[in-house]
Amino acid sequence: MAADATPSLAERLPEGSMAKKQPNEPFYAVWNLLESVCDPEIPVVNLREMGILRAVRQTATGLEVVITPTYSGCPAMSQMHDDVVNALAKAGMAARVLTQIAPAWSTDWMTPQGREKLRAYGIAPPHASRCGETNANVIQFASKNRAASASLAVPCPQCGSQNTTETSHFGSTACKALYRCLDCLEPFDYFKPY
Amino acid sequence: MAAHFQDYLLHLADNALILGQRNAQWCGHDPVLEEDLALANNSLDLIGQARLLYQHVAAVRKDGKTSEDLLAYFRDVPEFKNYTLLELPHSTALAPTASGDRDYAVTIGRNFLYSALMVLVWDGLKSSSDAQLAAIAAKSLKEAQYHLRHAHDWLLRLGDGTDTSHAKMQSAIDHLMPYTQEFFAPSAMETAVSKSGLGVDTQLLQATWNQLVDDALAAATLIRPATGGYVSTGKFGVHSEHLGFVLAEMQSLARAHPEAVW
Repeated sequence: MAADATPSLAERLPEGSMAKKQPNEPFYAVWNLLESVCDPEIPVVNLREMGILRAVRQTATGLEVVITPTYSGCPAMSQMHDDVVNALAKAGMAARVLTQIAPAWSTDWMTPQGREKLRAYGIAPPHASRCGETNANVIQFASKNRAASASLAVPCPQCGSQNTTETSHFGSTACKALYRCLDCLEPFDYFKPY
Repeated sequence: MAAHFQDYLLHLADNALILGQRNAQWCGHDPVLEEDLALANNSLDLIGQARLLYQHVAAVRKDGKTSEDLLAYFRDVPEFKNYTLLELPHSTALAPTASGDRDYAVTIGRNFLYSALMVLVWDGLKSSSDAQLAAIAAKSLKEAQYHLRHAHDWLLRLGDGTDTSHAKMQSAIDHLMPYTQEFFAPSAMETAVSKSGLGVDTQLLQATWNQLVDDALAAATLIRPATGGYVSTGKFGVHSEHLGFVLAEMQSLARAHPEAVW
């Protein structure tokens, strides 16, 4: 349990997805190096595309990179922490990696390119998140009647069919559910809205 | 006030850790593979929430020695402030020395009753005057919603299922429901933190929780048992005989090899 993984709230970071930085933007060299750091569980998307990489900044004590966890218990956080440090160290840069939990990460922060990469990799990208909106919306249960939830169809990443069914709310990692396509019959992961 | 707030954070953290540990006991033993994944993921979320809360206690104490590991692995039964409900074995009432088969209906019933409370608690704590607790709540709410949805779906399926599943689900609810009185029993710690805006008063959530539970039980064709009599006292540090066994298993490695790293 890394000591500098302690969440801090020094500054409330902006929400939303992170566009690829241009050479004239601050800390471009750092952002550009970190383009090569991928999610350890989904090695086709990088931390920026996932919305996990939140900020790069210079402080009195040195360079700081801020990341945010997907789920509270995400076991990949310490791996990502180390991967960021190592990627920068290879280029001769020393950085402190901070983990910040506010504002809470949302699947809405994934970039369009990140979503497309997920789909190409065989993981259906998430619908818009409706989590945590208001108290009244908290209690949303799956209907016993499958037709009632048809508007939330998850297209198959293999064949594009809308005719799919959930086999398990919880899949190989906390962030995914398990689905099956009823047309091409392939099972696939769905990245759950969060 | 500071002591009450720390106790309150420990109460929230211990709830998450003990239920996380209990649900993890199913790992490799669930009735079906999908449920093995579901409960392991549920535990991962709960233990993640506990870690954030313990880290916050350590940050608030600033005594240079408190750490999340110290809080999780080196406290004993009377220092834990989780609801008694969460430490109970996955079976209906047994004599203290008896061991029975795990009963999935008890697991589902408990997850339902607890996550139905926590979606309300975390929603309230999003506006805590403590910014870090508000941040943890915003994150945990998203997870609690998935836990509630999972438990509710199974409550319906087992309650409104076969005669056997219905009977098992009903006896699980009969067994568990009296322990939920503790959710709403007043405590000095909760009164203090809700007055100061740091925490929420669960008594104000009781009507919403009751409605949620009533609706779910009705949809699952289950009868809500009358509760009354003994109110459990886990949040005051006075636990059932079961917590000691949970801690013994959970803490033995850390205590055999203090400060070990890998």
